[in-house]
Amino acid sequence: MREKLLYALGVIAFAILARDIFIIAGFPPEVAQGNAFKIIFFHVPSWVAAGTALTTALLSSILFLVTKNFKYDATAVAATEVGVAFLSVGLATGILWARPIWGVWWVWDARLTSALILWLMYAGYLMLRHAVEEPTQRANFAAVFSILAFIDVPIVYFSIRWWRTQHPAPVFFSSGGSFPPDWSAVMGWNILAMVMLACVLVSVRLQQEQAQREIDSLRRLAHAL
Amino acid sequence: MEFLRQVLVILAKDVRAELRTKEAVNAALAFAVMILVLFSFVFDPDEATTKMFAGGLLWIVFAFAGTLVLNRSFAREIPNDCLDALVAAPIPGSALFLGKALANYLLVAAVELVALPVFGILYYVRWYERFWQVMLVLALGTWGVTVIGTMFSALTVNIRLREVMLPMITYPMLTPALMGAMQLTVDLMNGKSIAGDATVWLKLLVGFDILYTAASIILVDIVLVG
Repeated sequence: MREKLLYALGVIAFAILARDIFIIAGFPPEVAQGNAFKIIFFHVPSWVAAGTALTTALLSSILFLVTKNFKYDATAVAATEVGVAFLSVGLATGILWARPIWGVWWVWDARLTSALILWLMYAGYLMLRHAVEEPTQRANFAAVFSILAFIDVPIVYFSIRWWRTQHPAPVFFSSGGSFPPDWSAVMGWNILAMVMLACVLVSVRLQQEQAQREIDSLRRLAHAL
Repeated sequence: MEFLRQVLVILAKDVRAELRTKEAVNAALAFAVMILVLFSFVFDPDEATTKMFAGGLLWIVFAFAGTLVLNRSFAREIPNDCLDALVAAPIPGSALFLGKALANYLLVAAVELVALPVFGILYYVRWYERFWQVMLVLALGTWGVTVIGTMFSALTVNIRLREVMLPMITYPMLTPALMGAMQLTVDLMNGKSIAGDATVWLKLLVGFDILYTAASIILVDIVLVG
């Protein structure tokens, strides 16, 4: 039952995204950016999804340290993996957009730099997990790292903002324009669909993680016998 | 008082062990000079460009060389199961952590203090003009590097690919501290003292140090004991 519900949710999310692609394709080109602006309908939602997933990961890590219940550890790893995937989508869509609009793939602007460091930190989290063999130790280390990484997020963000406000940024796109209401509606739907997709992915990954744990414990039992 | 004594015992033990073999310190120093040589190929080290790059270059050297020292910090305790004995010793994990962090601090600072004049000679940077301010930035930045490095040294000591993992997880987290230290050092090497807008970086360094020292002391027991 739970699985069917999960897949239904995933199908709905995909349906919304597919429908929105047609709507977005029908939008007129924007004055300054032409058609390139349309990537924003996937760029912003993937950042929202990544933020949701990584916040879930932090809360699960703290809950694990408090309760020592491995359910939370599994949630933390599932959410972080999905979060890193969406961070990658966010970075990739941003890079694709930047090339025609800014003329370069990348600028060392505050947001971009913080986003890349965030990606590196959470990629480090996943690598750390892979490197630790013993399950309890892995869960503890990962939770500690997750908390230390989260402390860094605001420090990184503000320090890089100071850095760039002290030195004026190079030619940088800034739009004073506002979003028409029907665009905002599509954006809202896309955000909803992306977050739904993230939830489905986290749940699927969580099931895998729990199955893995069960297999491990059975294997240990077999060895003990 | 008792806590302080325990910290000092660990500190003395680590410094003594390192001074007898000098393995990490020597490697770190040679490595630091090597990076300085390699960087001379990256840009033309004339006066103008050197002034621009000096601060950044210096902290890259310190961060990379520091990792060599930090990597050894807990790895040294692996043979003969010394780490288990240390964890089983009747001292709190935080005392063990602080003792090791302070020992690493002294060793990394020693490497830096030797590397700094070498850097000054090779790149003709007058780093001594604002001596005490440079020392202040060095002291604060190095503590940031060592406190995170020691924590992650404890975290990675028992895992696969230890030597690879430590820098992989340390540097992204160190970014704010390194950035602050670089900004301040560039200013100081250009003859500007820390004033006005630049004090925000000093505050950042102090805040970073305090925050991560506190977080590490709270979380270190989970890492060491479980």
